[in-house]
Amino acid sequence: MAKVLVVTSGKGGVGKTTSTAALGAALAQEGQNVVVVDFDVGLRNLDLVLGAERRVVYDLINVVQGDAKLSQALIRDKRLENLSLLPASQTRDKDALTADGVSRIVTELREKFDWVICDSPAGIEKGATLAMRHADIAVIVTNPEVSSVRDSDRVIGLLDSKTERAEKGELVEKHLLITRYDTARARRGEMLKTEDVLEILSIPLLGIIPESQEVLRASNLGTPVTLSNPMSAPARAYIDAARRLRGESLVVSVPTDKRSFFGSLFARRVA
Amino acid sequence: MNLFSLFNRRSSAPVARERLQILLSHERAERGRPDLLVVLREEILAVVGRHIAVEQDKVRVKMTRDDDISTLEIDIEVPNAARARVLLHA
Ligand SMILES: Nc1ncnc2c1ncn2[C@@H]1O[C@H](COP(=O)(O)OP(=O)(O)O)[C@@H](O)[C@H]1O
Ligand SMILES: [Mg+2]
Repeated sequence: MAKVLVVTSGKGGVGKTTSTAALGAALAQEGQNVVVVDFDVGLRNLDLVLGAERRVVYDLINVVQGDAKLSQALIRDKRLENLSLLPASQTRDKDALTADGVSRIVTELREKFDWVICDSPAGIEKGATLAMRHADIAVIVTNPEVSSVRDSDRVIGLLDSKTERAEKGELVEKHLLITRYDTARARRGEMLKTEDVLEILSIPLLGIIPESQEVLRASNLGTPVTLSNPMSAPARAYIDAARRLRGESLVVSVPTDKRSFFGSLFARRVA
Repeated sequence: MNLFSLFNRRSSAPVARERLQILLSHERAERGRPDLLVVLREEILAVVGRHIAVEQDKVRVKMTRDDDISTLEIDIEVPNAARARVLLHA
């Protein structure tokens, strides 16, 4: 059975697109058939993060409006053959996205893939509610910071009321993904602790992605971080998160990048 | 900067946590309200719909809360043809 997963947050710039690409790639690296769908109409970015920006011919809106077939719009990743992208439109406005069109496309994608991962736009308006509309699972991307946590709470409310599952009286399975986590700042008490965020939002933890230069490097290269440097701290965190999504129960830790000789020695002993 | 302010700088996270807990308990309580509006909207639609053909999205229910007075605003847009029919029946 295909699973539809939405990566959402309310707040912008917290790491939704980065996480969509990394989780999608990690699942594909494990042999799953994955499509990542960019719902950020007018501000598409997922194509860039995946390095597919020059291969976009048709997009989500073209398919919604019947100007292209789904198969014409899907872009297969050059490195991972079981990872595909359905890009958003860069030129059209959000209103071109209709509930019926989205419903039709998601139904079709469910038949073709094991995972349909929807990268939500920021906000709580139509674009975000359409992205979560058909979700079975939601990954709520949160930075350990007050406004991000507040927006996540708001989005959790939407998942419990505005989704197809909610309307049928069913639950969307919710997971918290803490991103841009700065271990040093957390230690100094400058950042909300993971336990605090968990207690406030009361949904289970999928993973903690550390703040890392590797994420920037990956997006510069147009390669998901799990592919560009699989041993880096954020890549390991995303790979573990993907395994948890598949039902494995792994203890959550915050991977750190090896900095010194002693650090790498320590890391190897632990591994 | 004295020692105390140094200490204060270090412990901003607990302050954040407390502010969030208070804020979210308010916002969650408020979130219950739109549900009432959804129920009202549907029941109004059902009642009116028995007499006039109104479209789903032409019924708007809005609650405005002020300190001492709250107003419930109901706005139903009726197609001209339908209104004519109702007037004939009346
Ligand atoms: N773990 C991380 N470490 C460092 N930078 C990150 C991390 N996650 C995301 N970023 C950066 O933050 C910015 C916003 O990320 P993005 O995934 O586009 O967020 P969103 O899709 O939620 O708007 C990007 O520049 C991205 O490279
Ligand atoms: Mg984004």
